[in-house]
Amino acid sequence: MHPHTAAALGLYACHTCALVSRPQAAEEVAHCPRCGSALHQRKPESISRTWALLITAYILIIPANILPIMETGSLFGSQRDTILSGVIYLWTSGSWALALLVFFASIVVPLAKLVALTYLLHSVQRQSSQNPERRTRLYHLLKFIGRWSMLDIYVVTLLVALVQLQSLATIKAAPGAVAFGAVVVITMFASMTFDPRMIWDSIKEKNDRSSR
Amino acid sequence: MPTSPLIACHDCDLVQQEVPLPVGGVATCVRCGAPLYRSSRFGKSYTLALCFTAAILFVIANLYPIIGIESQGNRHQSTLFGAVQTLWQDDMALMAGLVFVTILLVPAVELALLIWLHLTKHLTSGLAPIALRLIVAMQPWRMVEVFMLGLLVSVVKLSHLAHIVPGIALWCFAALLPLFALLNTAFNPRDLWAAMPLKQ
Repeated sequence: MHPHTAAALGLYACHTCALVSRPQAAEEVAHCPRCGSALHQRKPESISRTWALLITAYILIIPANILPIMETGSLFGSQRDTILSGVIYLWTSGSWALALLVFFASIVVPLAKLVALTYLLHSVQRQSSQNPERRTRLYHLLKFIGRWSMLDIYVVTLLVALVQLQSLATIKAAPGAVAFGAVVVITMFASMTFDPRMIWDSIKEKNDRSSR
Repeated sequence: MPTSPLIACHDCDLVQQEVPLPVGGVATCVRCGAPLYRSSRFGKSYTLALCFTAAILFVIANLYPIIGIESQGNRHQSTLFGAVQTLWQDDMALMAGLVFVTILLVPAVELALLIWLHLTKHLTSGLAPIALRLIVAMQPWRMVEVFMLGLLVSVVKLSHLAHIVPGIALWCFAALLPLFALLNTAFNPRDLWAAMPLKQ
């Protein structure tokens, strides 16, 4: 027996206010009768849009990690820092807890997000029926942790703003930071365009939790 | 025709009957276990009080310098907006925009709209749903808590370089952290949506 999904019943659930409604047939694009948002049974073009954003992020993550994110100029010459060298600096100066934090937020999380979204998209495209609950949880984890990668952008911003002492040193932001910011924003959009209901669309039986 | 007491799971699309919840309760989907909706423990006046407190702190946080550094008699300090301006002048417009939107614009607009929505008598007017839609759409882009962590990392990095003078805004941002966390649990968009009428 098919599960009673909104799509199977011809109902539309609003993305914004969660109202379930049955749109008038006359409307070309249905709108939520309560909040006015456009209604879709599944997010439009979810797979191709998410792939497009994901591939862009895969490309940008390379300059984000290779190019310097900031440049320190002082009387003794200039120094360029990448994301990784910033982590190493924190580690060698004794702040290993913060070094780990930045390492996770700036290097592990963005990469893990790309890999996980690729896995989710691939599993949806081959209509996998394995572990839908675990995949849904993975998706929620992605949405939750993505924003924390912005950490390094704020660090660079603050260092650039403060270290403007001509006698000591000047810090400027470098192109790597722009690429990195773009990766964070684009992967956030990618996890928004992915529709987790697609994970459940290939599951035909009515698997209630109560019956398991 | 809208069919009211039904809810479809945001994650797996299963249609279920809504049930009344105890205060502070959460309804979860029978199929995938995702939370469907919750009932807030806090009332409207509590949410409004949080919004006003956060708004006052937010204004102060933007007027005063966050941190200053001192070295060899030189002193330099910066406000949040000053930091955005410095990036802008360094031809880093994209970064400046990103910081401006996530730390300044989004929290400011969100707090203003929340206060308006909780004070207005016109929840049924055409503007209220638009305001609430905007709040819901902006929520992932408010990153005050991430900024606070960035502040911590910057202070540690700078402490090797110069003497650090914490500014008033630093304490305001620190206080905003728990306030926004409380606001996230107190504010339940569902309660406001329920007060809005259906068209047709």
